[in-house]
Amino acid sequence: MERARALLAKPWIWSFVGAFIVWAATVAFTGGHGGGGMITAALALAVFMVIVGIGQMFVITLGPGNIDLSLPANIGLASAVAMKVMDGSDSMLAIGLMAALASGFAVGTANYLLIRALRIPPIIATLSAAFIIQSIDISYGRGLQIKPPPGFADFANLRYFGIPVLAILGIVLAIAAAIALNRTVYGRSVLAIGQNMRAAKLAGVKVHRTSFITYALCGTLGGLDGALLAAYFRGANVDIGNEYLLASIAVVVIGGTSVAGGKANVPGVWGAALFLVLLLTMLNTFGFSVGVRLVLTGLIIVGVITAAGGPRTER
Amino acid sequence: MPALPPANAANYSARETARRTRLLRVLLPALSLALVLLAIAWLNPRAISYFGFSLMLNLAIPIALATIAQMFVITGNELDLSIGTFVGFVGCVTATWLRDAPLLGIAVLLGSIAVYALLGALIYLRNLPSIVVTLGMSFVWQGLAILVLPKPGGKAPDWLMAITGFKPPFVPFPIIAALLIAAVVHFGLMRTSYGAVLRGSGGNPAAIGRAGWSLLRTKMVLFGMAGVFGVLSGMTLIGITTSADANIGNGYTLLAIAGVILGGGEFMGGRVSPVGAVIGALTLALAASPLLTFMRVPPDWQVAANGAILIIVLAARVLISRREA
Repeated sequence: MERARALLAKPWIWSFVGAFIVWAATVAFTGGHGGGGMITAALALAVFMVIVGIGQMFVITLGPGNIDLSLPANIGLASAVAMKVMDGSDSMLAIGLMAALASGFAVGTANYLLIRALRIPPIIATLSAAFIIQSIDISYGRGLQIKPPPGFADFANLRYFGIPVLAILGIVLAIAAAIALNRTVYGRSVLAIGQNMRAAKLAGVKVHRTSFITYALCGTLGGLDGALLAAYFRGANVDIGNEYLLASIAVVVIGGTSVAGGKANVPGVWGAALFLVLLLTMLNTFGFSVGVRLVLTGLIIVGVITAAGGPRTER
Repeated sequence: MPALPPANAANYSARETARRTRLLRVLLPALSLALVLLAIAWLNPRAISYFGFSLMLNLAIPIALATIAQMFVITGNELDLSIGTFVGFVGCVTATWLRDAPLLGIAVLLGSIAVYALLGALIYLRNLPSIVVTLGMSFVWQGLAILVLPKPGGKAPDWLMAITGFKPPFVPFPIIAALLIAAVVHFGLMRTSYGAVLRGSGGNPAAIGRAGWSLLRTKMVLFGMAGVFGVLSGMTLIGITTSADANIGNGYTLLAIAGVILGGGEFMGGRVSPVGAVIGALTLALAASPLLTFMRVPPDWQVAANGAILIIVLAARVLISRREA
């Protein structure tokens, strides 16, 4: 009983409850058909949100104003880089993946340099970077029609007993992120900076190094996401990352991470990603038109955030 | 005649430098606009004409209005990620209902302004992060736009096209409109007492609250004004393009944020500048395509130019501020 109450007090539990309710409603609608397949598909699609969501979570946790708006452009560029380097052959798989990660890391580093060296607010820095990266991607990836190597594409779509391999990787990544956040000097530094940057600085936290690592990490995860998306959807494309700007912010906040910074929540990212993906599946299954689907998605996001309420204490 | 003591002289010159850097900072948005104009004049002198300006600044007015809308939200330390899709929604309503059933169209547009004000109330009362609420609303406006106008099309009301197609003597219409918008908003926000309260609600909400002003009301007014200017932006956009598309305004969200910051506004503390915001929007609109077409920059790289201009202007501002500090 005590344990149940402690579990209910966790903020992330509600996103899983929401995901379950949405799933149950859909299965009830279809009369019990396709419930398992729905979870398999949702797990695979949710991973792409989780990967960038974790990166965005670390950035947002750094405190007010910290956000990475360059993720969609970053994902698009990395997907093109990965496909071009791999050039459809399995032997280049590892090198292509490394290239995509390097592309993401470079984007994250550029973001940090703009923020630090030019003292541009992160929103504008990452936004300007996004414009430039998008141009690079358009120019670099023009007419790119290289399919992913068969081995990579099969891997992205591989599943054991209905559980996609990607989902397992996503869970491993989440566990690693949770350990990094709660058990390492780096993670505690991120939390400390988000709670009170001045105090963190006075306490000897290496503020600049921590935020560099954070933006670089977020960029690298964006690069990873780009490569995996290109494998999953069998091809790179400039717009492949477009929906992941809103999605990455939404999963972070619905998952119980504070927008004001200093309070992060890793399991919530998974719950919120499943919730969003299942929600879209449900609205699809109910046969709504695109317009109604978008309106309901928006209203549900606003509704969830209103019900969850803002931080009780002012910053 | 005794010379000034050295300490005093240093003090005096330091004050003088501080005054000059502050002035430089205020003038920076105007300077960047002038630079862009000079570049255009140098590359293609014929562009600096009545016809050239009418053409180049054609789409600047809706961008300027959307930027002003964003500026009101930023005044209250919030951010609106839905203004672009809202402009698109207004555009779809303008190209359909406002033409076919004007009363219904007007009611819907007024209703959408009320929704904006209510969002402000919701954000204040529940202490919600505006980024997330407006993120959700961006889906809602986009969905509504698709429901109103499933396929690109529709037609702007004739009276609206008459207004946006107006050709005054000597000075091109977009320039007059920009001056008018800047003057009206500058007066309202910077010169009236309630404007000062609105800015104060971003600068020091606790003080404004203790002075007896309702913070709920200031938030509702700021979001309501964002709605008003969003509606104006969508209507002028459709007046210019004559038909609508549900995605027509999507790029405006980020352009509007960039315009406010380019114009000297800041994300926190109610420090904004309506004149600067309009200048920032004009700079972005000018720099985005005409300049680059003249410079023979391939279309691939035109998006990058927006980013580069933002970075250059903000870097210049940091250099100036460093002298200030």
